[in-house]
Amino acid sequence: MDLFEYQGRDLFERHGLPVLGGGVAETPQEARAIAERLGGKVVVKAQVKVGGRGKAGGVKLADGADEAEARATDILGMDIKGHTVHKVMLAETADIKEEYYFSYLLDRANRTFLCIASVAGGMEIETVAEEQPDRVAKIAIDASKGVDEAKAREIVAAAQYPAEVADQIVEIAVKLWQAFVAEDATLVEVNPLAKVGDGRVLLLDAKITLDENASFRHPDHEALVDQSAVDPLEQAAKAKNLNYVKLDGEVGIIGNGAGLVMSTLDVVAYAGEQHGNVKPANFLDIGGGASAQVMANGLEIVLGDPAVKSVFVNVFGGITACDEVANGIIQALALLGERGEQVTKPLVVRLDGNNAEAGRAILDGANNPLVERVDTMDGAAARAAELAFAGK
Amino acid sequence: MAIWLTKESKVIVQGMTGSEGSKHTRRMLAAGTNVVGGVNPRKAGTTVDFDGTSLPVFASVAEAMKETGADVSVIFVPPAFTKAAIVEAIDAEIPLAVVITEGVPVQDSASAWAYNVDRGQKTRIIGPNCPGIASPGASNAGIIPADITPGGRIGLVSKSGTLTYQLMYELRDFGFSTAVGIGGDPVIGTTHIDALKAFQDDPETDAIVMIGEIGGDAEERAAEFIKANVTKPVVGYIAGFTAPPGKTMGHAGAIISGSAGTADAKKEALEAAGVKVGKTPSETARLMREIMS
Repeated sequence: MDLFEYQGRDLFERHGLPVLGGGVAETPQEARAIAERLGGKVVVKAQVKVGGRGKAGGVKLADGADEAEARATDILGMDIKGHTVHKVMLAETADIKEEYYFSYLLDRANRTFLCIASVAGGMEIETVAEEQPDRVAKIAIDASKGVDEAKAREIVAAAQYPAEVADQIVEIAVKLWQAFVAEDATLVEVNPLAKVGDGRVLLLDAKITLDENASFRHPDHEALVDQSAVDPLEQAAKAKNLNYVKLDGEVGIIGNGAGLVMSTLDVVAYAGEQHGNVKPANFLDIGGGASAQVMANGLEIVLGDPAVKSVFVNVFGGITACDEVANGIIQALALLGERGEQVTKPLVVRLDGNNAEAGRAILDGANNPLVERVDTMDGAAARAAELAFAGK
Repeated sequence: MAIWLTKESKVIVQGMTGSEGSKHTRRMLAAGTNVVGGVNPRKAGTTVDFDGTSLPVFASVAEAMKETGADVSVIFVPPAFTKAAIVEAIDAEIPLAVVITEGVPVQDSASAWAYNVDRGQKTRIIGPNCPGIASPGASNAGIIPADITPGGRIGLVSKSGTLTYQLMYELRDFGFSTAVGIGGDPVIGTTHIDALKAFQDDPETDAIVMIGEIGGDAEERAAEFIKANVTKPVVGYIAGFTAPPGKTMGHAGAIISGSAGTADAKKEALEAAGVKVGKTPSETARLMREIMS
């Protein structure tokens, strides 16, 4: 889960890291109140999870509460690269003397963590790495040892931070690592880490990604979810414990296993190239079991998407036998009928693997005009795409 | 022969008394796996009956190894306790630990891995979030259905469980030496490269299927490895060509960040290494069929 800047600022503050005072507002009036509390000059920043907001006009200075309210009025509702601004952060301003870069992140390739540190901050680190690679230090962090003072000194030396800020950055590096571990983050990026007029080093921006697998030990992280960005179908699916991602096509997809469903999306998209460019409408992994109940829940979510014109149920019977899956599909359709949700869109079902013959016989025997059986994944994808195009 | 798991392997199950653990212990036994016991400190000294096979429960992995000579552990404990279970397996220096559990925090996986490195990597870890490893006809450690395919001479390594099953099924007339599900998490104990190396060195594997998916650069690194070290034919498949950036597709590791981790980049890298990459799972099976025929 990616956090907004204001959530990152709050998180840093909670962990005792030096940040500027700030607050978040959803209305110009709230912005005014925060500006009054902060006093003096403030910066008003659009809260969107996309880069380049400054260039897009999403970051403005304001002198006093009146101006802050006006700037917030301008920025709220703005569209930045397809992201609507629902919140602005107001923060104290700082007299920035130097900008550095600092981050901790997961290093998948080396199965450990990495610190990237640079004296060149305030711009994209990828650009710095390309143009001035000698100014970007990458220091591996041993996951079992973490960052203590000695490690922090190693980082500071490798990054060539100026001597007068070294001690401050050592302290920040240690605390930031503690926050990284305590919050189960996979990324914390501070850009810029800035030296300001009075000599202090402050964390002036925050880009944080938290590990959703760790949410069982962070009940407080639930509150950080941006409800305005959650698709209503994704929300409904989550409530039913279904792994669903909304996409923008016309062929509804239900399958078992993340890899097989990802592959199903691809195969449907290829097939769509022959049928009016229809595309997969969603990712939905119903997992190994695929009981009638789970299948009914899945169908309900997928058919709840008005863009869906046909549904492709792609199941490989591994441990679950295909006859159980076939019964699940038939019962699911009946169950939906009982819930008053008459299914009118065609279903293409491909069953393969464990007890596939028996499963196919059950589908044939049910003789449901909406259910069509195609026995290969590629063939079924083509048929589902064809039906979706016909239904458009 | 096969890689890492053979008829001689003696398997214990950490979490054998839990619902998933007991369900799959029964299946592993039915597949002919030599399961010799389970681990649960609270139930140590008891036995569990699996359709007539009575298995002892031990207090620790170390005790189970001492009493039974076990050399493989399959881990089914919940995410909150998975790191401790892996650390226990590492401490006992069991040669192979297969971590089935899904939803393990990545900091736990990374610190368990660091611990393994500190201890000299005496334990091969497969997973987490994986279906396990199967050497059809010989032994089965995990949740891969045992009856999809008989033994044979194709090796398979995959990030995805169901795609593994699909390919095993499509190529069941040839059969497999070993299929390894390495898991879809960002940090995993055994990589594509580890499996490719083992298959290259295995005299009973003739050709290799490699299944990858979006996220990270493991497939690109595997491609480099293949180019330099693998002489056996390799057929590849990558899932996630149409996945949008920034959205996690089921597996925690399956996410495109910016322009990194795309299926196209992985396919290109594999093809540059001489790997034939199928557009769909069935086409991938056809490519392997041509090689084996």
